Amino acid sequence: MKKIRTKKNLEEYRKRIKKENSKFKKIVTICGGTGCHAYNCEQVKQKLRKELVKNGLLKKVALKVSGCHGFCENGPIVTIRPENIFYQRVSEKDVPEIMEKSILKNKIVEHLLYEDPVSRQKVTYLEEIPFYKSQKRLLLGKNGLIEPDKIEDYIVQGGYGALVKVLKLPAQKIIEIIKASGLRGRGGGGFPTGRKWEFCRNTEGEIKYVICNCDEGDPGAYMDRSLLEGNPHSVIEGMIIGAFAIGSNQGYIYVRHEYPLACRNAQIAIRQARKLGLLGKNILGSGFNFDIQIAKGGGAFVCGESTALIASLEGRMGEPRDKQHLHTTESGLWGKPTNINNVETWANVPLIINNGPEWFYQIGNENSKGTKIFSLVGKVQNTGLVEVPMGTTLREIIFEIGGGILNGKKFKAVQTGGPSGGCVPADSLDLPVDYEQLNAAGSMMGSGGMIVMDEDTCMVDVAKYFLNFLKEESCGKCLPCREGIKRMLEIVTDISEGRGKEDTLDLLEELSAVVTDTSLCGLGKTAANPVLSTLRYFRDEYENHIKEKKCPAGVCVPLLRYEILADCCKGCGACIKICPYNAISGKPKEIHIINQDICAKCGSCKTICKFNAVQLQ
Amino acid sequence: MIVFDTTLTIDGIKVNGKKGETILEVAKRYGINIPTLCFVENLPSYGACRLCVVEISKGKNPPILSASCTYDIQEGLVVNTKSERVVKARKILAELLVASAPNVKIAQDIAARCGVKEVRFKMEDNRCVLCGICVRMCHEQMGGEALGFVGRGIERKIQMPFNKRPKECLLCRGCEFVCPAMEIPCQGVKIPGELCGRCLRMDEMPYCCTLGSFGCSCDHNPLASSSK
Ligand SMILES: Cc1cc2nc3c(=O)[nH]c(=O)nc-3n(C[C@H](O)[C@H](O)[C@H](O)COP(=O)(O)O)c2cc1C
Ligand code: SF4
Ligand code: SF4
Ligand code: SF4
Ligand code: SF4
Ligand code: SF4
Ligand code: FES
Ligand code: FES
Repeated sequence: MKKIRTKKNLEEYRKRIKKENSKFKKIVTICGGTGCHAYNCEQVKQKLRKELVKNGLLKKVALKVSGCHGFCENGPIVTIRPENIFYQRVSEKDVPEIMEKSILKNKIVEHLLYEDPVSRQKVTYLEEIPFYKSQKRLLLGKNGLIEPDKIEDYIVQGGYGALVKVLKLPAQKIIEIIKASGLRGRGGGGFPTGRKWEFCRNTEGEIKYVICNCDEGDPGAYMDRSLLEGNPHSVIEGMIIGAFAIGSNQGYIYVRHEYPLACRNAQIAIRQARKLGLLGKNILGSGFNFDIQIAKGGGAFVCGESTALIASLEGRMGEPRDKQHLHTTESGLWGKPTNINNVETWANVPLIINNGPEWFYQIGNENSKGTKIFSLVGKVQNTGLVEVPMGTTLREIIFEIGGGILNGKKFKAVQTGGPSGGCVPADSLDLPVDYEQLNAAGSMMGSGGMIVMDEDTCMVDVAKYFLNFLKEESCGKCLPCREGIKRMLEIVTDISEGRGKEDTLDLLEELSAVVTDTSLCGLGKTAANPVLSTLRYFRDEYENHIKEKKCPAGVCVPLLRYEILADCCKGCGACIKICPYNAISGKPKEIHIINQDICAKCGSCKTICKFNAVQLQ
Repeated sequence: MIVFDTTLTIDGIKVNGKKGETILEVAKRYGINIPTLCFVENLPSYGACRLCVVEISKGKNPPILSASCTYDIQEGLVVNTKSERVVKARKILAELLVASAPNVKIAQDIAARCGVKEVRFKMEDNRCVLCGICVRMCHEQMGGEALGFVGRGIERKIQMPFNKRPKECLLCRGCEFVCPAMEIPCQGVKIPGELCGRCLRMDEMPYCCTLGSFGCSCDHNPLASSSK
């Protein structure tokens, strides 16, 4: 392939790919994302290929391996275009049936269709699935259409058109476009991207760097991975545009090494872009030079923080540097002006250039523009990656897209913003999700984690869980974060184990305020959020643990008591047999008793008793 | 002679400084006392102990707390080193410090000076306060690069590579000399009339507070006199 030098070259190339693609009557896509890999999509793919070969269809039916569709719990996912039939949980043995019914004929394989857990209806087409219907998948939508390791797929979808447009514009104009779009950083802080670019552009210096932050350390979050893995060229195109606007010739994509597929796909994408002259020297004949390297990170949560990321890139220990007065746009990588943006931020850039800033500006609400991808997990019917316009309410996300709470339980709270985010209670369900309103509610946007909790969740336990995570992930450099998180965890553990005292909550609050106020980096500054937000909305639950030594949700094991109700016990003896600790005594046909000193609270007796005599107190 | 080019307010006093100086440096010059632990003159600031926090107001933004040893002065900053928020934060920091290293003299001293009368956390017995002074001393002054931090969070500690003295170590003992945690607290008189003698080294180290951490300017404090 010759290098692309002009807009015309690109158009011709696009036309040629289109023509080549038009010989395919059908396109079968199997999801090859990390989630579906766990469900053996590889074997399904092999089988699909075999079947196509067997039926002599390789020239008529295209087989594609795409990136994540965002609905991984239902993987492996197979779609058939142009109809857009959506099959889920496809296994190797389903392939011949798909072949016979949906590829050779135009029929549907009923049992592979998705069943909406709310209405119990089978749904045939992707766009009709409630999980997808209420989303606005500007960034993720292409994932299902593109083979991440084929640049042709990206180009045929209009890819690199934004770059062509931009290279003719003066840099300041590009920055004005990004500013006018209202795009803000998706990595958590929500800093206006155009302004960041402008700072970096205006800092004196021959050498400048741009960095894509794909550290993504939040547990359960994988939107950045899915973007970089499923549509790497959108991120790369965004970076080239940013670099051109800022005046940088070298970029880095910082990926955690636990993301091998994202590393691989990004690496391949970079190589292909270089080959076509979209990266490297004299990009598209414009005289602009820019190249990207992949840097693998050790996978620490704190390495996502910009100064720690830079330290890690420079080969030093990944720990943050105090930068209250000095931004990375002034002094970043190797002391040079550096512009760091999140994967999702970069991926938004080509969209804005292609559709215009006004288009982007009208999506979202007052202060937050565009869409945001959330990783919806926890006790909801549908878990997965959800892309919605900013300002969508929590209720819409959890109940319309997420399909509501599992097993008909009651909603209790939703935790947003990753480990150092906060919990938002049921009466805030109508809160529009944007940077400011989440902050005001004591939580944050973070990079978009969203964990739904039902009535069986104990909020003290939740705070404990996140403190534990943060304790492990604190780099340990500064005293308030290293010691403070440890002490907060000690206090919360005391509360959950019945050792809380009257003044414990005051101490916890006092400590939280100081850790927030004095920590060096964002990790410590937000580490108290899980405690503060649960205290704010669920203080009574803490008090229950402290004063009555009870865990209302029945989660904190040391506070539980299993007791046998005299009225119900028939003396059948089943519980004696099952109790692994010999904590139960009683003669046949008489009332049995649990010796609380021995009982290890395993719950076996409660499960086995046919008469519901064992109760949790 | 220093040419002052920046004016700011510290504790209500208009003070002058030079671009590139930190709030702590300027405050010290004006005799304003800010407690420190991980700061040592002539080594780069590290910002780890946060004891030197001050309240900073910049324009219309709400005031923030920040370490003064890493914050470069800017024109028009309004700094408060003794606000209620600062004093409270410092006290909790000192409490956290002494709870983790109660047998280190400087931790005790700092706690006492910050008014900690009761420690509400479980006592531990760390001997290192993780101030990183030794590492900076070794790297910046001795060119040794023989020491470093290993581990994350509460696992963090000072170590030589693979726990063995590397050949880069010049055995200069600079690390030991600067370590603020080297000094052990007095154990008290054992038998009436007997002194343990541990504090005898005080003859060699005449300063009343280790490394002048409290920024006093008494005659015995070599750091305070050198910065005059
Ligand atoms: C503890 C911590 C972890 C972070 N982790 C990430 C991360 O995984 N990915 C990310 O893009 N930004 C992360 N950030 C935010 C970055 O510091 C930085 O603000 C962001 O990458 C800037 O990009 P943006 O303006 O596009 O959001 C983290 C910040 C902190 C304090
Ligand atoms: S706040 Fe925590 S993670 Fe950040 S520098 Fe301090 S110890 Fe490290
Ligand atoms: S299993 Fe239930 S009914 Fe039977 S002895 Fe135990 S508590 Fe009583
Ligand atoms: S909860 Fe477990 S240990 Fe306790 S009495 Fe029942 S079976 Fe025995
Ligand atoms: S004695 Fe060795 S480790 Fe200590 S400062 Fe000197 S060179 Fe560094
Ligand atoms: S050994 Fe001493 S100087 Fe080094 S970090 Fe520990 S307390 Fe500080
Ligand atoms: S990996 Fe297949 S849907 Fe996410
Ligand atoms: S942080 Fe300033 S002296 Fe330690």
